[in-house]
Amino acid sequence: MTAPATPDTGEKDPAIRVRGVVNKFGETVIHDGLDLDVRRGEVIGVVGASGAGKSVLLRTIVGLNHQAEGSIEVLGRDVDRLSDDEREALRRHWGVLFQDGALFSSMTVAQNIQVPIKQFLDLRPDLLAEVTALKIALVGLPPDAAVKYPSELSGGMRKRAGLARALALDPDILFLDEPTAGLDPIGAAAFDSLIRNLQQALGLTVFMVTHDLDSLTAICDRIAVLVDKKVIVGTLSSLLRHEHPWIREYFHGPRARAAGADK
Amino acid sequence: MARNLIAFLGLVTIAIGRAIRHPRRIRVTAVIANMERSGFNALPIVGLLSFLIGVVLAYQGVDQLTRFGAEIFSINLLAVSMLREIGVLMTAILIAGRSGSAFTAQIGTMKVNQEIDAMSTLGLDPIEVLVLPRILALVITLPLLVFYSDMLGMLGGAIALMLLLDMSPTQFLIQLNSAIPMGTFWVGIIKAPFFAFAIALIGCYEGLRVSGSAESVGRLTTQSVVEAIFLVLILDAGFSILFSSIGI
Repeated sequence: MTAPATPDTGEKDPAIRVRGVVNKFGETVIHDGLDLDVRRGEVIGVVGASGAGKSVLLRTIVGLNHQAEGSIEVLGRDVDRLSDDEREALRRHWGVLFQDGALFSSMTVAQNIQVPIKQFLDLRPDLLAEVTALKIALVGLPPDAAVKYPSELSGGMRKRAGLARALALDPDILFLDEPTAGLDPIGAAAFDSLIRNLQQALGLTVFMVTHDLDSLTAICDRIAVLVDKKVIVGTLSSLLRHEHPWIREYFHGPRARAAGADK
Repeated sequence: MARNLIAFLGLVTIAIGRAIRHPRRIRVTAVIANMERSGFNALPIVGLLSFLIGVVLAYQGVDQLTRFGAEIFSINLLAVSMLREIGVLMTAILIAGRSGSAFTAQIGTMKVNQEIDAMSTLGLDPIEVLVLPRILALVITLPLLVFYSDMLGMLGGAIALMLLLDMSPTQFLIQLNSAIPMGTFWVGIIKAPFFAFAIALIGCYEGLRVSGSAESVGRLTTQSVVEAIFLVLILDAGFSILFSSIGI
């Protein structure tokens, strides 16, 4: 059953290669020998039951959580075998959007976007302002949002601002943690198309943890399903034919039918 | 708990070492903002309480010592207790309640909001950005606050004694000068940076321990204040033993 489940093992030059990752909290094993390849330039959606470890997988790849066993390569480099400086340099190649944007609440939107830029680059003030304005426009925020504090923004705008900060250094890989959670259907659809457009325009690889079936059908090239402490990767159509009971239920349930996944 | 706190102390020490080698990494703006919040803004409350404590000490001293006809020694009682212990202890406890709790709540809320995670993924070290400026700010401001508290406490005591014993300010100062050496004052002040370090360390440590919910912010804020005051009293006891063994 595992052989056809991961048909892409041994992908050439993937953006992210996860091998045999084990994560456990106390006695609870979350991931047990998890393998995953994310191809360059694709949008991969990660789904799974609550508590299956979707966010943990994301946190492990970006280094917020350290795996008990296994290896993680990002852009061909094993993140555990890098010096501090090399890891810092690698970090420039990815951006992370957390669930509610995770903007620094004591700073304006513009200052938030400037944090990573100032951390890695030494730009002239006028150039810095220009880059900031560009990033704000890129994610579809009005220019006057720049001087606002996160508490003055709506949930959707906070996510866009968080996205602008994640894109501040023109990353190759974008990690999104439930980008459409908490948005109304129109806002969620707009956010989906924003991500799709940005992904195509900037050539991004997108790793997206989601619960939203509409996002999965609309923008994901492939879907990784977390079941039995491992992942099963496939396109939407291949997963629709998959035998695993949880996957069947997920893609053939009433909500999936409403989202048009079950065609 | 103690082991994790010591591990955290280790992380902070490493960050301090790095900051000493690269002083440009110290976030001066954050240090000054924290000094204003936990130092300058605390002046009214620290001043008022110190003044009142001075008055109370003077009254109690005169009350008891009059029975022996030794009421003039109320000045010694006031000066020794205020300068050696009460000024620094009361200020430290007040700042633990005022700023230690604020550190925990601020950092804890940032943790809940995933701001700390965002910081780490942007390559910023939360200890360098959040913890060091708070520790540095408190280590600088607490000795100043203690000096201020000492002065206001002595002023309150002096006014009460001059009224009760019908003394002139000159008489008070002459008696004060003969009653205590300058060392008494320094014994109080020297403890302040250590208390400040303990309060800020615990405040930040508990803030970073917050996980998940607003409920956890509240619980750990309470815990942070209790632990900070506890640690301050332990340190104070340690200092007392140390000072008496070296004969100060």
